[in-house]
Amino acid sequence: MKVTLKIWRQPDAASKGAMQTYELDGVSQDMSFLEMLDVLNEDLIAKGEDPVAFDSDCREGICGMCGLMINGQAHGPEVTTTCQLHMRSFKDGDEIVVEPWRADAFPVVKDLVVDRGAFDRIIQAGGFISVNTGSAPEAHSVPVPRDDATRAFNVATCIGCGACVAACPNGSASLFMGAKITHLGELPQGQPERDSRVVGMVAQHDAEGFGGCTNIGECTAACPKEIPLDVISRLNWDLHAALRHGH
Amino acid sequence: MTDMPDTTLTGDPSHDAPAEHGDDAAGYYTPGEPIRDTKAPEGPIDERWQTRKFEARLVNPANRRKLDIIIVGTGLAGGSAAATLGEAGYNVKSFCYQDSPRRAHSIAAQGGINAAKNYKEDGDSVHRLFYDTVKGGDYRSRESNVYRLSEVSANIIDQCVAQGVPFAREYGGLLDNRSFGGVQVSRTFYARGQTGQQLLIGAYQAMERQVAAGTVTQYTRHEMLELIVVDGRARGIIARDLVTGEIETHLADVVVLASGGYGNVFYLSTNAMGSNVTATWRAHRKGAYMANPCYTQIHPTCIPVTGSHQSKLTLMSESLRNDGRIWVPKQKSDCDKDPRQIPEQDRDYYLERIYPSFGNLVPRDIASRAAKYVCDEGRGVGPEVDGVRRGVYLDFSAAVERLGRDAVEEKYGNLFDMYARITGENPYDTPMRIYPAVHYVMGGLWVDYDLQASIPGLFVTGEANFSDHGANRLGASALMQGLADGYFVLPHTIRDYLADGPFEKVEETHPDVVEARKSVEDRVSHFLSTNGTRSVDSYHRELGNIMWEYCGMERTEDGLKKAIDLIRTLKDDFWRNVKVLGTSDSLNQSLEKAGRVADFLELGELMCIDALNRRESCGGHFRAESQTEDGEALRHDDQYAYVAAWEFAGDGELPVLHKEDLVYTAIEMKQRSYK
Repeated sequence: MKVTLKIWRQPDAASKGAMQTYELDGVSQDMSFLEMLDVLNEDLIAKGEDPVAFDSDCREGICGMCGLMINGQAHGPEVTTTCQLHMRSFKDGDEIVVEPWRADAFPVVKDLVVDRGAFDRIIQAGGFISVNTGSAPEAHSVPVPRDDATRAFNVATCIGCGACVAACPNGSASLFMGAKITHLGELPQGQPERDSRVVGMVAQHDAEGFGGCTNIGECTAACPKEIPLDVISRLNWDLHAALRHGH
Repeated sequence: MTDMPDTTLTGDPSHDAPAEHGDDAAGYYTPGEPIRDTKAPEGPIDERWQTRKFEARLVNPANRRKLDIIIVGTGLAGGSAAATLGEAGYNVKSFCYQDSPRRAHSIAAQGGINAAKNYKEDGDSVHRLFYDTVKGGDYRSRESNVYRLSEVSANIIDQCVAQGVPFAREYGGLLDNRSFGGVQVSRTFYARGQTGQQLLIGAYQAMERQVAAGTVTQYTRHEMLELIVVDGRARGIIARDLVTGEIETHLADVVVLASGGYGNVFYLSTNAMGSNVTATWRAHRKGAYMANPCYTQIHPTCIPVTGSHQSKLTLMSESLRNDGRIWVPKQKSDCDKDPRQIPEQDRDYYLERIYPSFGNLVPRDIASRAAKYVCDEGRGVGPEVDGVRRGVYLDFSAAVERLGRDAVEEKYGNLFDMYARITGENPYDTPMRIYPAVHYVMGGLWVDYDLQASIPGLFVTGEANFSDHGANRLGASALMQGLADGYFVLPHTIRDYLADGPFEKVEETHPDVVEARKSVEDRVSHFLSTNGTRSVDSYHRELGNIMWEYCGMERTEDGLKKAIDLIRTLKDDFWRNVKVLGTSDSLNQSLEKAGRVADFLELGELMCIDALNRRESCGGHFRAESQTEDGEALRHDDQYAYVAAWEFAGDGELPVLHKEDLVYTAIEMKQRSYK
């Protein structure tokens, strides 16, 4: 099939970007979206034009490195990562608009590549359990109710791709944060630092320039791992509790 | 089922028969001095690690912050080491090419992590895990290292649980286990089909905690392009900032490579797009021996190739083999039929037929080759690619009937979803199609018992080293090794080396540093100024085709010699005719790939030479010239019970082969049998 691509091109962080149009023929339904861009890039290189820069690594939907706005939707029309989106989701003759994640806290590095270093810094601010190597008790010394472990796991599947931020009209990272707060907060091991964790992470979130949550829910709709919106309630609950406790 | 599965074929006369041929690789290498000392302590095998930990010298806590450690790679091996060494108070610099340490490819491991906890009381023990791992590796791993791995395995689970890794649990709140390919006990801990992700997030969070504490500095989107060796010791790296293009010099007292495996030499593999050999290959060129580079693991359960646009292959966790049954039609004429219409009696459950006691759970190499053979016979299924159907069925209909759809979904739901997304087919209704793909490399930089390479001050952990998996890695053992090395082994052994530090300060103006930096700058400017006609990817794809064809699941003397010629020609052409656009002072993904492919070309040649030299079949290395009458792999312990450690002798020079004899004191070498 044949598609028309309108892709954001921006040489570097300091330069101004613009949309550019490319026609691509011979696209197979079995190609992933990123393989389609690989084919485009081989064409561009053959013509002596700079290939389109985009991030991807595992290409199996788990590393969280890829992420594009496709026709205005984070990761495109399916509930999955960009690398797992296949061209069978498009039709012959479609026009496809491809942009980088849109958020002030994710500045563009080049073309479709953005800087998500802010997510690492939010984790540094408390998204962990403090346990030095070698000091752990025997694994069975603390049983964890199966439902709690399952709930923790279900939100620990967050891949840190940033789709929630890109989809949010406020550019908030509340879903990302809420997922981590809930993951660690569901487990007995996460209790001692529950207050300091949420306070630290929220403060860093705001310092990075992410917006506030106004319960719109675009984040959870865009999330390729289907992290539920109630993790944000959990985040707020924990934050209020921590403040009540004097943090 | 708890008996040791090793009772057959011990007296097979063909087993010790000398190979009929002499030196296949004559003319391709230079014999070197054997390696006599691996630095493993003497004494009973179960006391060696305790001995080493005690004898390894300590570093005073006040001195630790004066010692700089560079760690390249942030997967399970690198991330866990950065966290642990940071906690200990050393000054750690951590490098990764991704935009965050959390993206390292350990994250994609699905199935689980082994540990000798014996929670199921099914006869497991440290010794049995050790035994299974050595046997699974087809007696080509180093006994003392594997025993240690088994010994520390239980600590890993404790550590990860304490970090908040949400392993699967039973209703009583205790940890659940499952069994995995090649073993008869349930010792695999898992977090649905995303165990690697959960373990890596645990290590990542521990490392980020140290970043906040100021002991670890992380350098993301940085790629190591050269090792700095001064006065015979590893003293730093040259790295490129992938965003600004700046070539940076980073000096340290010790360098740790945890940069993963080189499966992408095959172009198509289950590795991440960026996984590469550059860090270890540059170290190899500076004097670090590369051991057993031909030992490649071809994973039996991947989604088949659909066409030439394919950029990578996707693994379906081996845990699927616990409940899925593998089959192909008995008749070629049934291969294009809807599998649901093929009656039971017309199906060939070939693994259950050939290996009745292990059935669908035979080790990976055996399962892979068996799939190749049935497809070569013309009984493969799925679409024809280049005239052959390369796929076999993995069927869950019996499991759904036995356990119910909900139970199957609970166990494998995310894997089924992934399969459906990629293929457009629903595996609850119709059998999955699978085919083998390159997944893991057992070969890597040679290390001693301390995980130190042949260059003092260079340590190598995880998939990047060679030591624990022999010629074949068992399922759920890579996660175990990565975390064992990073959390529990390296932190003890590295202190013995660092006890001599801080080493004399090296200036950036030192001739060896200047030379390393200049070689990187020259390479970058060469790629950008060649202005040839072919893209980097086209070379990579061609190299991959050569490797898969001649150095893949089955290898022959003629094929390997042909491959070496083809690779040499391709390499010459690459250096003269590659086309890399753009500039060096910005994000330039073609330039990044060019450097990686240049190193893959050199590695590919060495892999073929190593495979050519090893005229025996062992684990993932199958030489067609060395098989039993019924087509099973045939080792030649009298000739090849050694580690082949290759030394780089210079461009255009023959590599030098150093042999480390494998001596087993706690285990008897036997021909593997899973029948």
